[in-house]
Amino acid sequence: MKTENQKAWFFVLPVLLLVAFNALVPIMTVVNYSVQETFGNNVFFWQGLDWFEQILRSDRFQAALGRQFLFTFLILIIEVPLGIIIALSMPRKGIWVPVCLVTMALPMLIPWNVVGAMWNIFTLPNIGLLGYFLNDVLGIAYDMTQNPFAAWVTIVTMDVWHWTSLVVLLSYAGLVSIPDAYYQAAKIDGASPWKVFRYIQLPKMKTVLTIAILLRFMDSFNIYTEPFVLTGGGPGNSTTLLSIDLVKIALGQFDLGPAAAMSLIYFAITLLVSWLFYTLMTKDDQQ
Amino acid sequence: MRKRAIIPIVYILFLLLPIYWLVAMSFKTTNEILSGFSLFPQTFTLENYRVIFTDPTWYWGYINSIIYVSLNTVISVCVALPAAYAFSRYRFLGDKQLFFWLLTNRMAPAAVFALPFFQLYSSVGLFDTHIAVALAHCLFNIPLAVWILEGFMGGIPKELDETAYVDGYSFPRFFVTIFLPSIKAGVGVAAFFCFMFSWVELLLAKTLTAVAAKPIAATMTKTASSAGYELGLLAAAGTLTIIPGAIVIYFVRNYIARGFALGRV
Repeated sequence: MKTENQKAWFFVLPVLLLVAFNALVPIMTVVNYSVQETFGNNVFFWQGLDWFEQILRSDRFQAALGRQFLFTFLILIIEVPLGIIIALSMPRKGIWVPVCLVTMALPMLIPWNVVGAMWNIFTLPNIGLLGYFLNDVLGIAYDMTQNPFAAWVTIVTMDVWHWTSLVVLLSYAGLVSIPDAYYQAAKIDGASPWKVFRYIQLPKMKTVLTIAILLRFMDSFNIYTEPFVLTGGGPGNSTTLLSIDLVKIALGQFDLGPAAAMSLIYFAITLLVSWLFYTLMTKDDQQ
Repeated sequence: MRKRAIIPIVYILFLLLPIYWLVAMSFKTTNEILSGFSLFPQTFTLENYRVIFTDPTWYWGYINSIIYVSLNTVISVCVALPAAYAFSRYRFLGDKQLFFWLLTNRMAPAAVFALPFFQLYSSVGLFDTHIAVALAHCLFNIPLAVWILEGFMGGIPKELDETAYVDGYSFPRFFVTIFLPSIKAGVGVAAFFCFMFSWVELLLAKTLTAVAAKPIAATMTKTASSAGYELGLLAAAGTLTIIPGAIVIYFVRNYIARGFALGRV
């Protein structure tokens, strides 16, 4: 049991101050911009909720949001099952365990722009390893700077490369926590591999999988640097995800009002899912 | 059992292929890269690395990155330790709400914060300093550190604290000499994750710096666009950014999953 103690606030105070400085001031700036119009020179006019209405109705925002949901959806349906399959077939003990863990975690430690640059070099037609293999060996016309479909395949493959290991590592951590006795009992009962997975392994992985799915949701929903470096949002606007579009409006065109309104809508969607994440997790903690 | 080993092997090969290509590229001359495909470097050269280690705009990029990443790691872990202790041991007014609010910052899209961060740090005169990036990265690293540490502290029985008080330990002495050593794995993991997320982040680091504190990642993007096709140089710079992560990961290999699960496995 935790004890009631209001003095605990003093322990939390430094964290509160630092995070509030970084979170509240910028968010208030954004809220401030989102309801005003400016023509430069720091002159602002009250705009009310017009920007929000304009953003929500604009084809550009809807298209970017649609692409964002498609991207996140593809990431989840590929990475989660793939991660579970890999985790199930990994060795449980022996010298190969640390080798697997370290090499699998490696992509996640590479700076995000290097990931983009690396995949750029990897996929260059004729001189990149993948580009050469597809174009010159297999004879498939592949150029992600020209073909939107190729660009999509490339950014999704890149993200699978970058983040599937997160699902693998979390599932694996859930799997190794299952005592051997469970498997022995299943063997005595003559349970099929599928039944072992469905009734022993999956329930044990539930908490970690919840975390994995929601982390993957959030991070793929907020993704910016890797696709920006790899495709720059192109060809055309075909891979312009929400963050890329936002940065284009805010820093490229300096349309502060619409950019701020868009930020808040974006953040609201993210918050909604954070709340879901938190509720699911704390429910598990209480059990 | 043997057949199943194929899946992880294929997966690891898939992971290593782009990395191999980056490393191979870094040992090639620009001429060789542009003249056509070759699986191995034909004229093995260290010229790309020589440029990076002798040109200050390149190697200062690494030094800048390491400075703000280390600052951020120290700040995040130091302020997160007492907070995590409070969350794991006490109930207080608004604790649950505060914990959730911290989480929302971990989840905020960096793109939302880029412009206001630029204005905030410019107005307090910290633009283009290492401390600005270190503080900005606290936005997502402090919540992460609090969560991981709270998870690890939850595994330490409360009786440890009570016994120490009965034995006459003051709180600071208990915390430093008894409590900290018993969660040192957690401190290591929290530090590793702060290091990692600060190291890989580019958008905020790039927005908050111009010359004096410019991170290696930003140096690379600038070179990629201005110098045209200096692919060998870019590959060498990229290869060097992988090394710090590859070194530190070995020490926390058994705790990686627990860190990603925010201390909750």
